Amino acid sequence: MRRRYLLGAGLAVMVAGMAPSAFAQSGEVKIGEINSYSLLPAFTEPYRKGWQLALEEVNAAGGINGKKLVVVSKDDSGKPADATTAANELVSSEKVVMLTGTFLSNIGLAVSDFANQKKVFFLAAEPLTDAITWSKGNRYTFRLRPSNYMQAAMLVEAAAKLPAKRWATIAPNYEYGQSAVAVFKKLMSEKRPDIQWVDEQWPPQGKIDAGPVVQAIAAANPEAILNVTFGADLVKFVREGNTRGLFKNRAVVSFLTGEPEYLDPLKEETPEGWIVTGYPWYDIKTPEHDKFIKAYQAKFNDYPRLGSIVGYQTIKAAAAILIKANSDDPEKMIAAAEGLSMPSPFGEITFRKIDHQSTLGAFVGKTALKDGKGIMVDSVYRNGKDYLPSDAEVSKMRPKE
Amino acid sequence: MAFYFVQFLTGLASAASLFLVASGLSIIFGVTRIVNFAHGAFYMLGAYVAFTLTERFSGALGFWAGIVVASLVVAAVGVLVEMVLLRRIYHAPELFQLLATFGLTLMVQDLVVMIWGPNDLLGRRAPGFRGAVEFFGQNIPTYDLFLIALSPIVLGLLWLLFQRTRWGVLVRAATQDRDMVAALGVNQKWLFTSVFALGVFLAALGGALQIPRDAVHHALDLRIIVDVFVVVVIGGLGSIIGAFVAAVLVSELNAFGILIFPKISIILVFLVMAVVLIVRPWGLFGKQEAPARRTPGLTVNPWRPLSQGERLAAWAGLAVAAMLPLVGGNYALTVGSEIAIFVIFAASLHFLMSVGGLASFGHAAYFGLGAYGIAFLAKMAGLPMIACLVLGPLLGCLGAAIFGFFAVQLSGVYFAMLTLAFAQIVWSIAFQWVAVTGGDNGILGLWPEKWAAGPASFYWLSLGIAALAVAALRIIVFSPFGYALRATRDSLLRSEAIGIDAKRIQWTAFVIAGTVAGVAGALFAYLKGSVFPDSLGISLSVDALVMVLLGGVETVSGAVIGAIVFKMLSIWLVSQTDLSKLVLGGVIVLMVVAFPKGIVGILETLRNRRRPELPKPALQKSRIESAE
Repeated sequence: MRRRYLLGAGLAVMVAGMAPSAFAQSGEVKIGEINSYSLLPAFTEPYRKGWQLALEEVNAAGGINGKKLVVVSKDDSGKPADATTAANELVSSEKVVMLTGTFLSNIGLAVSDFANQKKVFFLAAEPLTDAITWSKGNRYTFRLRPSNYMQAAMLVEAAAKLPAKRWATIAPNYEYGQSAVAVFKKLMSEKRPDIQWVDEQWPPQGKIDAGPVVQAIAAANPEAILNVTFGADLVKFVREGNTRGLFKNRAVVSFLTGEPEYLDPLKEETPEGWIVTGYPWYDIKTPEHDKFIKAYQAKFNDYPRLGSIVGYQTIKAAAAILIKANSDDPEKMIAAAEGLSMPSPFGEITFRKIDHQSTLGAFVGKTALKDGKGIMVDSVYRNGKDYLPSDAEVSKMRPKE
Repeated sequence: MAFYFVQFLTGLASAASLFLVASGLSIIFGVTRIVNFAHGAFYMLGAYVAFTLTERFSGALGFWAGIVVASLVVAAVGVLVEMVLLRRIYHAPELFQLLATFGLTLMVQDLVVMIWGPNDLLGRRAPGFRGAVEFFGQNIPTYDLFLIALSPIVLGLLWLLFQRTRWGVLVRAATQDRDMVAALGVNQKWLFTSVFALGVFLAALGGALQIPRDAVHHALDLRIIVDVFVVVVIGGLGSIIGAFVAAVLVSELNAFGILIFPKISIILVFLVMAVVLIVRPWGLFGKQEAPARRTPGLTVNPWRPLSQGERLAAWAGLAVAAMLPLVGGNYALTVGSEIAIFVIFAASLHFLMSVGGLASFGHAAYFGLGAYGIAFLAKMAGLPMIACLVLGPLLGCLGAAIFGFFAVQLSGVYFAMLTLAFAQIVWSIAFQWVAVTGGDNGILGLWPEKWAAGPASFYWLSLGIAALAVAALRIIVFSPFGYALRATRDSLLRSEAIGIDAKRIQWTAFVIAGTVAGVAGALFAYLKGSVFPDSLGISLSVDALVMVLLGGVETVSGAVIGAIVFKMLSIWLVSQTDLSKLVLGGVIVLMVVAFPKGIVGILETLRNRRRPELPKPALQKSRIESAE
């Protein structure tokens, strides 16, 4: 039988399609970008618009020291194994000088480990896990978004002022939810040793059976609730909670809920007075942000989501690093990136030398309902640099090189 | 006390949503024997269409009419699918329809995003059922009460339909013995179409009724499909009452389970299914399936080892594949390694499915166990790569030995679902036991040692092992053990009558397949440099099934081609387009229609046609044609 013959023929056909492309034409600098476009379009579509805008701006301003910046973008279909394949294609075939992007924490970690192994510079855009810069951090990986720890610290600052002593938590049952709850509990108990944790609920991510969960939390009779669910789970949780009166006379502190991606779908069901992190684009009055939002709305005729900011700043940061390094040598890029400061729509940010985390912050405010839509009010920008542990603690967590 | 009562009612409301969808699936399976993977897609479409209609037509009438019309619209889509696609493949080998409905599901996932946009949509609350009633200080949503009342009504209507109408009698007769119904001159085409329409209507209704309490989004289908399958199997395939009881059982166990173990939801349904199937092999209300009249052994071309010429061709093919490093770059080599690994994986499942006649829905468990085996040995014991590669797959072997022992006691879809349950249990252990497995953040830094680190050396390693694995499995097929295994597949009774210990043979086959899958997983860990719970997940198990079916389940090594085609196509599509699911799903649907015996199956048929001198076995001419 000819099966193996076919195997050979098949591979040969494939080779024709994948033969190593010619070296990047002179006059171009290519960077690779990977994200979960097909799995999480609600987040990645605005993200893509953000980086497209940044790319246009970078090239209009002269590119990378006169060379045109090109972004080669790949989908990872939400799987770490596919992300590694895409990273390999970008590095081996497309000859990109840098990898950027990723949304899910496990994909961010897989690509970061790939970058470490293949000695490629990787700028993680979205993954929130603390591990990517700390316990599993490596020299080739930098991260833009404020980490789980930072967002927890920002929320704890506000939550500790609440009189509530009996707390319940609800979080999706995977690493992000688990570590968000763990950090929040630790920081909160440090500030308020009088707090009691009376219940915890761990619905599977994307599969919450909201009725029984809401009922179970209510039965524990907490004074305040920490919520880490997001997306469709959040919608179900909020709807059941509203119907069953779970949020009446209870304070709620919630991760990410103020981000337009998650707040907007709640429409008229938006619960009022939750303390949240997020992005109140309608409420930010700084010249940097005005400039960004005008350009964004002019180009896409749409309002930005948090993903837009992340996508925009990822490519802006990548360009700033490449301009300073002026080389495709990853070592020079690392040297350039460590301690590099740059403007962003949220104000100046710096990539810390000690753990490669950027000091991009987040807005903390309260949810409110206006004209049948959820918004954030009383928002304050929290600079990321004020919400990180001491350098001694950080270097203890990071593996030695 | 009031709390427990309310929690019980809440569980009943969850059960109601589950039952509507499950009943439709159970009816479809009972009559047509189609494992309708697209049932979740119809559920999701029901929710989306209902969202559009209820937004357009406001008011109480608009809302309720919108729900019903949406379900009818989706049922019409279902009819179209059945007539255009499924009718063409009722003759295909068992489970082949799974492939078609899987392709449809992929397409629908991308289509709904294209039509309705990527954002989560919030539907209206049901007019008249917005609030809650108070019961001793506990709030019960009125919509929950509505759902609780609705599901017994639907159950009753279905019961009347099946017991009191001629159509119902035919459906029950077809569920019991569809060949006999055909022999008695019933027009099966329309019976199947109407049953499919009813099933899809129930799925869409289940979806539409969720919009007042859920968000409508493009992952709804995957969220429900597996749970619904589990409910149907726990209840007993084809039993509506069973589906109802199982839905209530699962939902109530979840509602009270989370009070004690808040993390139980992730695995609960699978634990229940595993226990039920071990105790009652055909579900709570199911009956033993009538022995299939058409076994694969009767319809396939007789198997034979490779002839001298073919053996040479195989060697030549292997030699050509081995020359890839001369022409291909690093990326081509890595993709080549990945394909070789999936050839091993698909071949192992193919061995179980076509030689053993045991279709596993949870084969990724042993792939993943092999990968985790490597991770534990390399990271914790610090063993060298060769030792890891030899010992790592033993974890897959061990898992297969334990789970296989229970699984081979069952047969058919029950076997498949028990393997799925075991795979999900292993997956959730990997997912939850963060201290050991790293949870979903996985285990990183498993790169190959220097001698195998280069893309070319790793490619040769994978290709060599793939060739060895496929050859070894072929040798087993044509060994006395292989003949015994095929005997148990073709006729359990006759094989036992001649003294073959069927269960032990099948168990051994299960362990062999699991170990070979473990080898693939071990290589995969080194290829990717990391292990995640994904590698134990449902989607990987489904991928393996698709590869086997695509290659041709009635062939000796069709999975090799199936794996190459599927893996190349999916890697290429994911790299080229964000709509990879739409295109891949479309290609699968086309292939299903074009190659109803799988790619290799069709090639063999064509070749046999060109050689009419080959005597055809008499049995083949007297195939019983059902569905006509």
